[in-house]
Amino acid sequence: MDKLKQIRPGWGILPVVIFLAIWEVVARLNLTPGQFFFPPFSTVVGEFYYLIASGVLVDNFLASLVRVLIGFFAGSIAGLVIGMIMGWMDNVNKALHPIISLLYPIPALGWLPLLMLWIGINEMLPITIIFICSFFPVLYNTVTGIRNVDKDYIRVARTLGASDAKILTTVVTPLALPNIFTGLRLEAGMAWRVIIAAEMVAIPTGIGALMMRAESLIRIDIIIVCLIVLAVMCLSFEKLFEYLEAKLTTKWR
Amino acid sequence: MPSIRLENITKYICHNVNLEIFDKELLVLLGPNGAGKTTLLNIIAGLTDYDGSVLFDNEPVDKLPSSKRGVGYLFQDLFLFPHLDVASNIAYGLRTQKQAQNELQGRVEELLQLVKISHLANRYPKHLSGGEKQRVALARALALSPRVLLLDEPLNSLDMQTAKYLRTELKQLQKRLGITTIYVTHDLAEAEEMADRIAVIQNGQVQQMGRPEEIFFYPVNEVVSDFIGTPNILHCDYCRTLGQGVLEVNCGGLNIILPDDGNMVRRIALFPRDIYISETKPPGPEVNRFKGTITSIKSYGDAVRLEVKVAENNLLAEVPYHIFEDMDLTVGKEVFLILKLRRIKVHENKDRRQK
Repeated sequence: MDKLKQIRPGWGILPVVIFLAIWEVVARLNLTPGQFFFPPFSTVVGEFYYLIASGVLVDNFLASLVRVLIGFFAGSIAGLVIGMIMGWMDNVNKALHPIISLLYPIPALGWLPLLMLWIGINEMLPITIIFICSFFPVLYNTVTGIRNVDKDYIRVARTLGASDAKILTTVVTPLALPNIFTGLRLEAGMAWRVIIAAEMVAIPTGIGALMMRAESLIRIDIIIVCLIVLAVMCLSFEKLFEYLEAKLTTKWR
Repeated sequence: MPSIRLENITKYICHNVNLEIFDKELLVLLGPNGAGKTTLLNIIAGLTDYDGSVLFDNEPVDKLPSSKRGVGYLFQDLFLFPHLDVASNIAYGLRTQKQAQNELQGRVEELLQLVKISHLANRYPKHLSGGEKQRVALARALALSPRVLLLDEPLNSLDMQTAKYLRTELKQLQKRLGITTIYVTHDLAEAEEMADRIAVIQNGQVQQMGRPEEIFFYPVNEVVSDFIGTPNILHCDYCRTLGQGVLEVNCGGLNIILPDDGNMVRRIALFPRDIYISETKPPGPEVNRFKGTITSIKSYGDAVRLEVKVAENNLLAEVPYHIFEDMDLTVGKEVFLILKLRRIKVHENKDRRQK
């Protein structure tokens, strides 16, 4: 164990480098029928640069990013607020819980056909999908987190003169943060997975749409560029929330 | 600081409980687990609904929510807010009252000093020791200058050394602040040390209420006597000084030697577990050693209780079961009793004894 710890974080990149090297060599050896089915890494990098320089990738990326950000934040905030109310008020929870339990298992993309007819093919469609995809898990984790807070903390706060609203915001919600962040972290990556799928099926712009266009032109290098962008975004969103969670809770957990 | 009166309180196991706590008094609620002690605290704090009436200074407070009763409550498991540092934990109650920031800081400083933890202000609860947590919780409970302080087995989770130290400090603090305090415990020694008065609670009923010596020397019924360890209570007919700090008393025909502190001894309490039994005549001087006859043998938990007739007294003695097995004790047999000098509890009369 000690030896493993001594390896500096920089070495984590080594497997990736080896992987890229093998990729490059295998592609250049022409082991696959026709080079266009499996372009070497250097070709992909070249295409990556070209796509950025020409603005194609930037435009589509920004289109996807804006949808994810709006949908994700709106969904998370709605989930958080309704989750706090449901977690705090037993009656509201009793009323809404059965409905939520039924809707929660539906995968976000399952809503797509319905929403295509209700909303139509426009910017609101992917945003709504991301909203749904973020809303339920955050809601669910918030309710669980709040209901799991030991009731004695609430009693302590009561004897210290705190009102219900004060207790909810200063004691219960902070103590539920670890749970809430589990929801946020999972959904931050999930939002990217869902937006790509939605764009592939229904929306003419965004990374997903770019991939579908690349497919019809048999541009495997572009597809791989998009996949790399997607992987990096999923990872960095998850890491961002991991970082925020650590920042907010490791002091006391 | 008010006096507190409970009138016909009924909740869970508690049935028609009546209890009066005097102004500035430290009352110990003493009883086994499940006796209803914590329930009574929760009722006084207004954390649960109940039948009956709670009065502070003769004013009913039943309609007041917990946050308006002016009660400081130290919970058994403390429940320090883990996400707040020590200073913020203590300030929590003050913040609910919307105090000005500079006033608040001053008050927090003052409280930190009161419980002697100024150096811990910025630590989080997870980095505190048991005793330190206790101090934080106490400061938090005292922050709003409550009229009544409720302590629910506050020293339960601490090691004996720390608990002993904190007990002394707590008692001093209580007297200094003059705050009416109710202290729940199941520990006899703790109750005796802390209490102005003790209320023995069993099965949701107040069995007896009085100063510690009243409880120990005049238990009113079997339940109380049993809970405090079924002491043999002996009345003392006369006592005289032997010099060298010892005193001879005669209780029911037994001459017993006790440490002398200058007061008249009225009664003594001998706890069964503090009486040794020997089959043979013990060596050493014949002091606090008596011969008696076993009149009954009963098992009592993992020990055996013997009733031994000594002079005019029937004394109850306790022998651990594994020792009892190695001895040959039967009803009617003659045995020797040895009293442990330092374990004899003495009820004194404050009048100076005549020489």
